[in-house]
Amino acid sequence: MRQSFSVGIGGAAGQGVATPGDIFAKIFSRRGLHLNAYNAYQSIIRGGHTFLTVRTGPDKIATTDGRLDLLVPLNQDTMDRHMRLLSAGSACLYNADLIKPGNPADGVQLCPIPVSKLADISRNKVAQNTLAIGAGLSMMGVGFPALESVLEEQFRKKEKAVVDENISLARSGYDYATQNFKPFAWPLPMTDDRYAVLSGNAAMAMGGAAAGVKFYTAYPMSPSTGVLHWMADHARKAEIMVRQVEDEIGVINMAIGAAHAGVRAMCATSGGGFALMSEGLGLSAQAEIPIVVIDCQRAGPSTGVPTKTEQGDLWQMLGAAFGDYPRVIAAPLDIADCFKLIPEIFNVADRFQCPGIVLCDLLLAEGRLSVDPKDLDFHPVIDRGELITSNGSGEHEAYKRYKITDSGVSPRVIPGVPGHTHTVSSDEHDEDGVLISDEYTNSVKRRAMMEKRMRKMEGIAASIPPPQLLGPANADVTLIGWGSTYGVIDEACELLREAGISVNHLPIRWLVPLHGDAILELLRGARHTIIVENNYSGQFARYLRSETSFVPNGNIRKYDGEPFLPHHIVEAVKEQLAGKTNLSVPAHEIMV
Amino acid sequence: MATEVVNPQAIVMADFKGKVDPDWCPGCGDFGVLAAVQKALVELQIPKHEVATISGIGCSSNFPGFIDTYGMHTLHGRSLPVATGMKMANHAMTVLVTGGDGDGFGIGCGHFVHATRRNVDLLYLVMDNQIYGLTTGQTSPTSRIGMKTKSMPFGNIESPLNPISLALAAGATFVARGFSAEQKHLTELIKQGIEHKGFSFIDVFSPCVTYNHDNTFQWFRPRVKKLEDNPEYDSSDWGAAMEKSLMWGDEIPIGKFFERTDLPSLHAAEPVLKKGPLVQQDCRIPPDIAKSFIDELM
Ligand SMILES: Cc1ncc(C[n+]2csc(CCOP(=O)(O)OP(=O)(O)O)c2C)c(N)n1
Ligand code: SF4
Ligand SMILES: [Mg+2]
Repeated sequence: MRQSFSVGIGGAAGQGVATPGDIFAKIFSRRGLHLNAYNAYQSIIRGGHTFLTVRTGPDKIATTDGRLDLLVPLNQDTMDRHMRLLSAGSACLYNADLIKPGNPADGVQLCPIPVSKLADISRNKVAQNTLAIGAGLSMMGVGFPALESVLEEQFRKKEKAVVDENISLARSGYDYATQNFKPFAWPLPMTDDRYAVLSGNAAMAMGGAAAGVKFYTAYPMSPSTGVLHWMADHARKAEIMVRQVEDEIGVINMAIGAAHAGVRAMCATSGGGFALMSEGLGLSAQAEIPIVVIDCQRAGPSTGVPTKTEQGDLWQMLGAAFGDYPRVIAAPLDIADCFKLIPEIFNVADRFQCPGIVLCDLLLAEGRLSVDPKDLDFHPVIDRGELITSNGSGEHEAYKRYKITDSGVSPRVIPGVPGHTHTVSSDEHDEDGVLISDEYTNSVKRRAMMEKRMRKMEGIAASIPPPQLLGPANADVTLIGWGSTYGVIDEACELLREAGISVNHLPIRWLVPLHGDAILELLRGARHTIIVENNYSGQFARYLRSETSFVPNGNIRKYDGEPFLPHHIVEAVKEQLAGKTNLSVPAHEIMV
Repeated sequence: MATEVVNPQAIVMADFKGKVDPDWCPGCGDFGVLAAVQKALVELQIPKHEVATISGIGCSSNFPGFIDTYGMHTLHGRSLPVATGMKMANHAMTVLVTGGDGDGFGIGCGHFVHATRRNVDLLYLVMDNQIYGLTTGQTSPTSRIGMKTKSMPFGNIESPLNPISLALAAGATFVARGFSAEQKHLTELIKQGIEHKGFSFIDVFSPCVTYNHDNTFQWFRPRVKKLEDNPEYDSSDWGAAMEKSLMWGDEIPIGKFFERTDLPSLHAAEPVLKKGPLVQQDCRIPPDIAKSFIDELM
């Protein structure tokens, strides 16, 4: 089992749950610890219940696991909901003036903080938060200077008096805990590593900047808005033009216009906005103008659950826009991969002049992970494909924008170059871009153009790597997942092995084109296969079956808005191996 | 790129002749608009590779195929966002947007309002025939009350939209109306629209001879009156323009309703474009900037 320590902080929206979370995250990562943070919240600006979990430890931590070592309830509601998550050895830090503890399990340490005695609450509304941070860190065995420097940075923009007040508050919480509470049995270790802590949204935005994106458009929609926020914040330094557009139809079409002019253009949205974009995807494919669209999935359908996660958009992606057309669709496996995937998918989209779709989800988009800064490579390979940027000597054969070639790719000129004027078109056209859709309709040309475009799929398939099986070749169980379930399945595999069950893992990253034959080959010897996914109908299972005829022995699905926790998968695998069911739908035990 | 000098010879009408001849019905108003655009580009001596002509879908939107420039035939109603993206990525290009009343005021009306308020530096020419031509004659957002079409065979009961007032209300910095049969006048308006630094909108009466039997050339001819013929008319007066825009009946004003030059266009207001067209900028993030992005997260 991975050694880890988890803190849960909960309260109503507006009570300042985020700041203690950020402070803990910063201190953990600066101790050289890995961490993963997940915030369960609702679409509400004030009130409701927000519950932030930060899990940290010296080993790779890619998911929260539902256990808590320290609970910090900022209101009674949080205490009532989550006290039951605490077990022997854990502790609960709370404001003794306002919050009544319930009945903790044996061995849980209750740590009431006399907030009104330690702070002037009429002046500082969030005094209880700062006291609790100080107290918690003391119990974790973290020296006070680490907190002091983080607080200085946190309140850097405020006056010195504010900084000093917060430091002295934190100090009294720290000292009070040292004198009155028992420290945790496992003091937080330290390593020499240093990590960057970032969300998937920031990672995708930064990945875009690294990929050379010069034009970014968006219409705000949770959980994708973080990409817009990063882009807008860093636009001037990164020299990226960022525009908030009137709707997602405008978003994708503006991106297409910019891409046609020759820059890399990207946009992000969630399922509802993506639905509005689908006609534009067809335009990108038909006019052969590469763009990258990010979809951060949230629980649907319709407005759905804006702040909850799901992997429910796969078939929307597969069916988006009418007609057959070449495209590439990939799902990042974790937050570091959110960064890495963007330059990769841009290279494919540019080389094959087609839309690229990144199928992310709220879990990664809004979650936070410690990432080795070396994995944030701002100098990746940039392959713009066959681009004509100059008229050369001016002596060339007449330019044909949609020239029929073996690869299906026709060299693309950047508008503005002399000697290459032409019309790109959403209507079917001939090699010259002249419309054949109206009175010139010509079945021979239509067929040739369809085949030219669709030939690109072969090149795309050859340019993306087939998936790989992780773990021992001859395992009792093979768990198949796609996208964001990578981290949780990985940890579940470790727990299953510790329980004596041999297991391996097949994570799928590139969804379209799907390396169906390679997947069948990998699964040929598998004894018991289970597909794990965060949706109701088994969208990936159905897709895999439609592409390969493969049917797994069982499925594990979840569609309550919350992500899988490792033990959900472990228990489901055990019940399926015992023959109790072939469809497990784990219940989420954390009430958020 | 757009700055390369290739053709020291004078630019002539033949330079802008498209790869195919227009497939519009004989007598369609759109022919006159095409000729006026080509003439304006010749008079302004703009090389064709520095021009982007971007349309939506409709008879009128087939325009880019009939003129030799960097053409784009986009989706029904989406020409303006595509053109905005194109202009932002390469503001050295002269961007013309062409389309119909259905394309611009029906399905694309939201984009029309927003491109207008953004003051994107392009010329938007609507060939307004008060009908859906390509789909064989249905009511359009500018069809008059009572007009009988295939989709409203007993007569339109919805008020038409007023493109001129709408553009003015949305903050357009150049608003004009032309008539396809008034070639010289239209050419002049197009030239002014191209030279205006900001969003220029010209609504052009371009009769559909096949499906609109109400608003024909004969119907327009006696009614249109040029604002330029009225020495009192001041096109910098927004209130006067709004008032004129409401005139419809025996006298219908054409000409330049309004122009203001004191507002920056979108690309001029964007700091990132100060260094020059986006497409010519380096796309790599310098190492020190990249490091600062990562340091923020440590
Ligand atoms: C999304 C979508 N809806 C409908 C159509 C069908 N359609 C093509 S052109 C058109 C109307 C054209 O009218 P207008 O823009 O006035 O152009 P005109 O033909 O009159 O010049 C319609 C409804 C389409 N191409 N795309
Ligand atoms: S149908 Fe009308 S608008 Fe279309 S080409 Fe014919 S005359 Fe012109
Ligand atoms: Mg029309």
